[in-house]
Amino acid sequence: MTMLAARLGHPIVVSGPADEHLLHIGRDELPRAVETLSEAGARHVMLLGVDERGLDADGDLAVEEVMALPDGPLVRLRAALDPANPTHPAITPLLPAAQWDEREAYDLFGIVPAGHPDPRPLVHHEPRPGEPPALLKVGPALSVEPAAPRTPFHAFVAHGEGVYELPVGPIHAGVIEPGHFRFSAVGESVLHLDARLFYTHRGIEKLVEGRNFESALAIAERACGVDTVTHATAFSRAVERLTATEVPARAVKARVLLAEMERLYNHVGDLGNMCAGVGFNPGISRLGWAKERLLRLNEGLTGHRYLTSTVAPGGLRRDLDPAGVAALDVAILDLDREVRGIVRGLVRSDGFMSRLHATGIVPLATARRLGALGVAARASGDAADLRLDRPAEGYTGMELEIATHTAGDAAARFHVRTHEVATSARLVRELAAHLPAGPVRVPLAQPAAPGASTLAGAEGPRGASWVWLMAGRDNTVERFHLRTASFANWPVVAAAVPGNLVPDFPLINKSFELCYACTDR
Amino acid sequence: MPLDVLRRILDPLRTGIVTSRYPAEPALLAPAARRLPVVDAARCDGDASCVGVCPTGAITLNEGVWTVDAGRCVLCDACVDACPAGAVGRLGSPAPAYRPAGAADPASAAAERLRVAVAAKLGRSLHVRHLDAGSCNGCDWEIAALLNPYHDVQRLGIDFVASPRHADLLLVTGIMSRNLREAALRTYDSMAEPRLVVAVGACAISGGVFAGSPEGDDGIAGTLPVDVLVPGCPPRPESIVEGLLLAVGRRPAAS
Repeated sequence: MTMLAARLGHPIVVSGPADEHLLHIGRDELPRAVETLSEAGARHVMLLGVDERGLDADGDLAVEEVMALPDGPLVRLRAALDPANPTHPAITPLLPAAQWDEREAYDLFGIVPAGHPDPRPLVHHEPRPGEPPALLKVGPALSVEPAAPRTPFHAFVAHGEGVYELPVGPIHAGVIEPGHFRFSAVGESVLHLDARLFYTHRGIEKLVEGRNFESALAIAERACGVDTVTHATAFSRAVERLTATEVPARAVKARVLLAEMERLYNHVGDLGNMCAGVGFNPGISRLGWAKERLLRLNEGLTGHRYLTSTVAPGGLRRDLDPAGVAALDVAILDLDREVRGIVRGLVRSDGFMSRLHATGIVPLATARRLGALGVAARASGDAADLRLDRPAEGYTGMELEIATHTAGDAAARFHVRTHEVATSARLVRELAAHLPAGPVRVPLAQPAAPGASTLAGAEGPRGASWVWLMAGRDNTVERFHLRTASFANWPVVAAAVPGNLVPDFPLINKSFELCYACTDR
Repeated sequence: MPLDVLRRILDPLRTGIVTSRYPAEPALLAPAARRLPVVDAARCDGDASCVGVCPTGAITLNEGVWTVDAGRCVLCDACVDACPAGAVGRLGSPAPAYRPAGAADPASAAAERLRVAVAAKLGRSLHVRHLDAGSCNGCDWEIAALLNPYHDVQRLGIDFVASPRHADLLLVTGIMSRNLREAALRTYDSMAEPRLVVAVGACAISGGVFAGSPEGDDGIAGTLPVDVLVPGCPPRPESIVEGLLLAVGRRPAAS
């Protein structure tokens, strides 16, 4: 902080708890502050627009860049903007990981990132003349038109002799979510891939505003139907931070158990999907059956095959079903053994592995630059994992080795996932045997102060997802922002594809196994 | 490695048949499984907390009569937990698929003609195109589960096809988002007659938890003509199978 003050040439007032520093800086100081923190090893967490004017007419329209310092604390750089001309110097040129965040704030708040290398619309597909930006608080009378009128989206394509364009989607051939991909290819090799997503944009961040925490959670956890534990946990932790609520020990461990079950069923399914990307039917079939059994165990634990509506602010909505917990030990041991056997068979199959090796390579430098998270980062040699990085995750006292690989290709992502399956299976069995006794839920300790804001993260199957939450009056949501690992990793997928064959795209895509719904929200 | 190939061939023999017998036998549900809530009027003390906690307004009390709208319920069990009298219980089996209100009476002559036409054209085979119109991905994974060895819908003559031009039925999830409406309409327009539409999940039926969003509709009915609705959040794979069979007249509608 002293270094930052020296670089900016004036003292900085730091507020917030010890693990989260909120700094108010001038908007033109943003790039220098980001540069200083990057030099200190800080990484991009999220950038978002914040409109405080809904609570307080004298509040600011602001942009906030959140970075995580290597030793833990988050640094929140908040810069107030001129509501009549909301613009700030773009930080993407210094911090490419923020590229989509800045485009999103442009769409949803009309906040212009001046100097952004790619200011095309991201979230909204068509220009919306006459409509105020979706997340601005004030009515049309006080709202602002973006300084430069938005031009309709256009795909970036390559031109040249022999270069052709291949449009794919938004409706795909398989049972998957919608997204449009524009390949520029020469022969079978991809020169460039431009992805257009946000077809499943449901406006969740707007929809939860003004609702109480409980009913906002029902919406927020359904940002993605297969990462519900991750998102409900991050949201609940943010609420618990705002209300100084201490979660009972049984709920802390039960949340870890649920998070590991979520990782297990996703990873086992994703290994099967990688087989589908290759067209290797024995793997698809056997891993599909393994995933189905995991979903049934989920149902036995919580009544829901995808564990939805279980985690809540203050702990869990209700205790895990005792019969479901008791069934885990034998069932998970059996499944773990079986998945190991299937994986052994896959690794011995040259036809399968040769498709994965050297396909969709992401070098470590690229992963770092674009801010890759989760399996995508660990397969490139970046050991970041919130489960170890932040004690709030509830893993203290548990043995947890983080699987990494250096090749950065589809095979590396396959191996990292198989290691994580084994780790999660062990953790689930340990937790099921030693869940602490006691209550699973406490009431919120105190009301959240209107205008107070905080962040909380959770390491999900696809990587770290972060919730940014500002309280309104009477324990309601004033502003909610969810930055998921899928959102972070999509630009990494686009970077992994060039140089590969067009028919390898499904495999590369499945090796990341990103979710469109939690990107689009 | 011939040994591995041999092992791959022998493995299924060791595993045996894992496939469900649904619909000949009922779906296997865990005792804890969430199902559509039902209000026991005899035990209800009129406290109505269940109405207040429901995130989608699925439970209503009107002049002493409780109704639970299966198309809105997201199976969160908040009502079950909130009731101080323990009067909110659960339906024994998952909520059945149903035809939209105002659809032709299944016994009417017009409905019978359509059923005969569909049966004549499709027989027992049904080709399905999946369309995600702004979902959370939950319903879509349950649809994908239909192809796993347990649910294996191909045993019922049902298969998924890559193009709407090859499809008899459009299986739609999600709220019908603003960004996807055009693609959804063009997908439907590409299908040959006779064509059917099945709405899967609370979002496709009523908007689910996302009802009221300015970024989409409260369900797909305003964009596409819906033949059958499958409630749930997400519906179980068996319920989706039931909806498909109901759409082609291979299963009677639940009364």
